[in-house]
Amino acid sequence: MYKIAAMGDRDSIYGFASLGISIFPVDDSAQAVKTLRQISENGYAVIYITENLASQISAELDRIKDDPLPAVIPIPGISGNNGMGMSRVSRFVERAVGSDIVK
Amino acid sequence: MAVMNVNPTRMELTNLKRKLTTARRGHKLLKDKRDELMRRFLDLVRENKELRRRVEEGISEANRHMAVARSVMSDSALDVALMMPTQEMSLEIEEKNVMSVMLPVFNTKLKTADENDIYSYGFAFTSADLDDAVKSLSDIMPLMLRLAEVEKSCQLMSAEIEKTRRRVNALEHVMIPRYEETIKFITMKLDENERSSTTRLMKVKSMMLEDARQKALARDNEAAAQF
Repeated sequence: MYKIAAMGDRDSIYGFASLGISIFPVDDSAQAVKTLRQISENGYAVIYITENLASQISAELDRIKDDPLPAVIPIPGISGNNGMGMSRVSRFVERAVGSDIVK
Repeated sequence: MAVMNVNPTRMELTNLKRKLTTARRGHKLLKDKRDELMRRFLDLVRENKELRRRVEEGISEANRHMAVARSVMSDSALDVALMMPTQEMSLEIEEKNVMSVMLPVFNTKLKTADENDIYSYGFAFTSADLDDAVKSLSDIMPLMLRLAEVEKSCQLMSAEIEKTRRRVNALEHVMIPRYEETIKFITMKLDENERSSTTRLMKVKSMMLEDARQKALARDNEAAAQF
């Protein structure tokens, strides 16, 4: 039995609590890395993370990207969409094909 | 391409030929695997982009409602409203094997039977905008889960495709040419040895013939002298 988590600044993720998703408000990247490690070992299979926070801890995300779980999914926060999620998908295509052929 | 460092013997040649056949078959199989993975991957990526577009739209919609709710209600009232969720979502994870890549399949389970049971507060002291915010988040939740599934699958598949691509290229451009050249080298060497032994035999034969002719001549001369 796995759980779902949301990480990011408090304002962006607060609404998810009502859906039954565990929320982990974090503010700085060091705390974020710590929390991420902790919750990925504790049965969280899907972790939604705000794009802002995700771009701060991209090294840590790269480290766990080839593990089957957890699935770390960037979502836009309250400050808006910075395009990181889409460029991530484009990077998958680049990695697989060599260039971004899916527009 | 460099010829491998092997002894030019028949045994090596047989071994290498066997290796070359295996390499060719492996190359063909891996190429098929790569093509099939690529086909599925591209479908998945298209779905991923579409889902992401919709999820991002949905979330910014929800955030707009949330911002309004936050401005209408006090922080503490909002905290109280959302502090104790009635709903709890958990996941059952199955694995789907696509071309030996294990892709996750998420099945959600809710604590309460009614999936619309998302409002963790009474309606008396909260703004209607909060309801809207929670409702719009709940509406895009299935999409978000599907996004998580698809995006993780894309990530895992892209890694696998990269690996397979490298293997195919290594076989096609390094291993197979190397085997072919070494086999050619050994064949040439063996042919050369054979030719040289044939010439040697011919030479020996001609020497023996010459010798026999000389002896016969000597015998003839001897006989002529005794006559």
